[in-house]
Amino acid sequence: MDRVEKSIILRAPRARVWKALADSEAFGQWFGVKLNGVFAPGARLKGQVLHKGYEHCLFEIAIDRMEPERLLSWRWHPHAIDPQKDYSAEPTTLVVFELKEVADGTLLTVVESGFEGIPLARRPEAYRGNEQGWAAQMKAIEKYVGETA
Amino acid sequence: MSAKQLNARAGKPRSTSRGLEKTALIFAALGDENRLRLVARLSSDGPMSIARLTKGGSVTRQAVTKHLQVLANVGLACNSRLGRESVWELEPKPLDAARQSLDAISAQWDAALDRLRKFVEG
Repeated sequence: MDRVEKSIILRAPRARVWKALADSEAFGQWFGVKLNGVFAPGARLKGQVLHKGYEHCLFEIAIDRMEPERLLSWRWHPHAIDPQKDYSAEPTTLVVFELKEVADGTLLTVVESGFEGIPLARRPEAYRGNEQGWAAQMKAIEKYVGETA
Repeated sequence: MSAKQLNARAGKPRSTSRGLEKTALIFAALGDENRLRLVARLSSDGPMSIARLTKGGSVTRQAVTKHLQVLANVGLACNSRLGRESVWELEPKPLDAARQSLDAISAQWDAALDRLRKFVEG
């Protein structure tokens, strides 16, 4: 429950995937953020979120580790979408990208962990007290319970 | 929406930083087919009496009451008196807080990785 883990096979060479992750400009293009600065271990980068409706959000990450074409990790404040709130005092989560060469291209795994310290009230406003949101939620619960039964 | 939920919305959002600690208990409570069914029923049809919850099912009134108590113990359900009847309703907050934030984050990663795929494969 403390982590979100995703895997995807990308039909692209590892070098290209690495560039998309580790080059701040390339990263910004698919992640949807305009960044100033260069990714390097220990670097802190700030930027502007480009997604419609979230332009008011500030994007901020602290690069943790970089092992070319193998591993990139950073820390950030997850889902920090309220511009009125100062998230800086809250603990961060760790995002780790790992790349592996496979027959079809590159296997990319993303793990975000450390949610135990994060105030969980931070969630899309639309969900709150929303009956449909709750009904949809039930499917997720059933799935979860089914998987862990 | 119940009056209780309305009140909760009107109030200041509370920090639930210890939300995940309770999550294991919540999923334990839901790890029973009968209780999961009760939650699903209360979720789709709203607050109702034990009599209505029991009607047409194979589970006895006592068993339903017991299951509802288990849900109440972890804060997932609550009951109130309406005349002679005890009416049960869901208390979505605890699970809401733990599950939905991770779901939202999970969905954001799905969307981001989809954009990455288009970016590197395109």
